[in-house]
This record gives sequence, structure tokens and C-alpha cells, in this order.
Amino acid sequence: MDPGVNAQAGAPYPGAPAGAGAELADLLQRSARGDRAAFASLYDATAARVHGLAVRVVRDPAQAEEVTQEAFLEIWRTASRFDPERGSAVSWLLTIVHRKAVDRVRSAEASSRREATYHHRNQTVDHDVTADTAQASLEARRVRAALAGLTEVQREAIELAYFGGYTHTEVAALLDLPVGTAKTRIRDGLIRLRDTIGVGR
Amino acid sequence: MTDHGDIRDNQADWDNAHALSGAYAVDALDDLERARFEAHLRTCPDCRTEVETFRETAASLAADPVAPPPSLRDSVLAGIEGIRPLPPLTEHGRDRAIPEDTRRRRPWLASTGPLLVAASLVLVALVTTVALRPWASDNDQEPPTAVEQVLAADDRTRIVREFPDGSRADVVVSRSEGKAVILTEDMAPPPEGKVYELWFQTPEGEFVPAGLMPEQPDATVLLEGDASDATAVGITVEPDGGSPEPTTPPIALFELDA
Ligand SMILES: [Zn+2]
Repeated sequence: MDPGVNAQAGAPYPGAPAGAGAELADLLQRSARGDRAAFASLYDATAARVHGLAVRVVRDPAQAEEVTQEAFLEIWRTASRFDPERGSAVSWLLTIVHRKAVDRVRSAEASSRREATYHHRNQTVDHDVTADTAQASLEARRVRAALAGLTEVQREAIELAYFGGYTHTEVAALLDLPVGTAKTRIRDGLIRLRDTIGVGR
Repeated sequence: MTDHGDIRDNQADWDNAHALSGAYAVDALDDLERARFEAHLRTCPDCRTEVETFRETAASLAADPVAPPPSLRDSVLAGIEGIRPLPPLTEHGRDRAIPEDTRRRRPWLASTGPLLVAASLVLVALVTTVALRPWASDNDQEPPTAVEQVLAADDRTRIVREFPDGSRADVVVSRSEGKAVILTEDMAPPPEGKVYELWFQTPEGEFVPAGLMPEQPDATVLLEGDASDATAVGITVEPDGGSPEPTTPPIALFELDA
């Protein structure tokens, strides 16, 4: 690959946090035009973040790799559908890999995994925000602070849904909530998180 | 964005749909709820905005990078060689119903006649675990009860196919209901004078007619006939009006688990 591509696009190091949004958006838009070098730069800039989410949801390393690969092929195929007016590039990429990861855990022998890992996951929720830059740790601090502002139930409901891949109905059962209330907890929690973190429009 | 032709059933349904925005944004809806909510999204700018901000929010939670093995990079970059990027949508808004005549779409079949077999080879489908976004036309806001029953059945299984032209088709089958549903997205129109016909394959290997696909890119169709022991669902290209038995090889075959 042409090393100049990275420099020109200002692509961040592998695993970069969401900071380099404009560069990523540019790489996506060039990918949509069939620019393989731009796509390779996009991969280098985001693969660790994308794979991190796949691993978090799917847990099995081999399956997580398959999910990450599927996600990047989908990203290549659908890059023209990314609309920078409607959200960041990172959010768009993570939405794709998340959907694939959730599909994977729901289609596979999911039930055995679920009971066994809930407790573990519950313990490891907010410790490991460890990107190695000042910017990443700043974001991590903001996210930690925002999570701390949620009620216990809101937090658990969001984590079970987003990282556990459970439906809101399953979340309700896991948390002993009346059917139909988990979706409200998820939404309320996301609103509070959003407003604390400052995702704006 | 403006909305014309809002479909609001009654206030209770409206509130109900609205409340699903958070669960939708983190993929915590089941297939049926997701289909309904996506129908709602096309008519509700508020929910579209909310979902976008929720996805940004969720993305900021997913900040634990894990470097994939270097071999994965090679696989991905090799993989894209065989995939053509989709053209952009020609009307703003990826979740909106796009008027038929403004869609850009390549036909499933480049030609008719002797090229059909070749075309069907080109269309070797990629089986994935991806669920597609069903429903893309507003008149599916209220799916028929039988469709709902299949999509909500406890024993339902789903086979997803993605085609090189970007179109997709899902077959969802419920053995207990004895029914199957096909959901298509971005499906190109059949060649002039032709129609897509659906088939059940019997355990004896015969194809029995299961109805015709409507000529629209995004459709949800309940297959006619008994799915309880079908071994596969097939799609062929037939002359207008359909055929009692297939006259061409299937362009797609969905093998069903026993
Ligand atoms: Zn709404």
C-alpha cells in the first residue's frame, strides 16, 4: 500500500478513537468510489475499534474475526450509503459490525453462552477503556462519568442489550423487570448518556 | 425533511412505536418489532434523529480496541476485490421509501434466454447470518396476520441471501405454522414479459408452485402451500403468469433445515 495515502488522509493510528471523524468520512466516501487504498487506510484506522466491539459481543475469537470480516466487506459494499450529515463515520461503522455481531450471537447456540457469561460481563463493564492517547482517555473519562450518572437498571439494561446482544424482552427477564419496561429503561438511559456525553445535533 | 402521507394508526400505536427507538438503536428488537419500527421510522423524523444520536452514543461506549490478527487485513482486502460498491441512493435519506423510478438498480438477470444459466451462476449467493431490514414499502405497515405469525413463530428459521448486485432476500420458515415468508430488498424487476416464481421443493425433490413475486423491489410475500416438510424454497424466472413447473434453473435456492 502507498504509505502516502495515510499521511494525506490524516488517518489515525490503528485503534484510534472517534476523533478523526472528517478523515474517516473522507476515506469512506473515497471507498464508495472504489478506491482500495482509501479503504485500506480506513481499515487500518478503524479495525481495532470495530473488532473490539465484535469481540465484546460475540466473545468467541474466531467468530468475532468472521464478524469483523463480514462487517468490513459490508462497509466496502455499502460505503455510498454513509451520509455524514446523519452521523459520524465511526458510528456508522460500529452500527454495521454491531448488527452483524448480534445476528451472530442470536443465530448460534446462543443460549448456553448467555447464562454463563452474564455475570462475568456484568463485572467487566466499565473497566477497560484503555485506548492509549490523551484523547481516548478523555473520551473514556467522559463515558465513565456518563455511565455513573445512570440508574443501576438503566446501565444494566443498556449493557445487556448493546454488549450482550439481548433483545429488550430478554433484558426484562434477566433484570426481573415487567415485560415492556426494559425498552423504556434502555431509551431513558441512552437519552441521559447522550445528553451527558454531549452527542449533539 | 418533510413527510407526506404520514401513517399514524392511533395514538397508542404511535407512542408504542416511539418507545422502541432506544432498543432499535442498540439492535435489541426481534425481527418483527424491527420490521414494524422501520416502517415507523420512514414516517417519523423525530425517531430517525433520535436513533442517530443513540447510535453515536452507543458508539462512544464501544471504545475497547482489540487489534485483529494481521491475516484478517489480507482477507478483507482480498475479499473486496470481488465486490462492487453499491451506487449511491439518488434521493436523500437511506431509510426512506424511495420512489420506484428514482432507484438505480441493476437487473438480477442481465439477459434472457440462453444466458439465464450463466446469469444464475453469476448470482451464486452469499449465505450469511445477516438479517436484512425487511419491509421497505409503506403499504406493508400492516402485514397480513399469516406473515406476522411466521415472523413471530418460536420455531422460525431464517435463511438470508445477498446477491452481488446488492439485492437481498430472506426466507423465514415456521414448521409449526407450516408456512414460509420471503422478504426481498432492492430486487431488480424481472426481464420483460417474465415473472419471478416461487417454489417449494418437496422431500422427493420436486418443485411445486408457491406463488409469484409482485413486481416491486421490496416485498414481503407469504408463500402459497405447505412449508411443513419442504426441503427448500426456490426462485425461478418464468413467462408471465408463471409455470406449473420450473422451466429454468433457480436463480436462488434456499435450503431449509429439517
Ligand atoms: Zn417516532
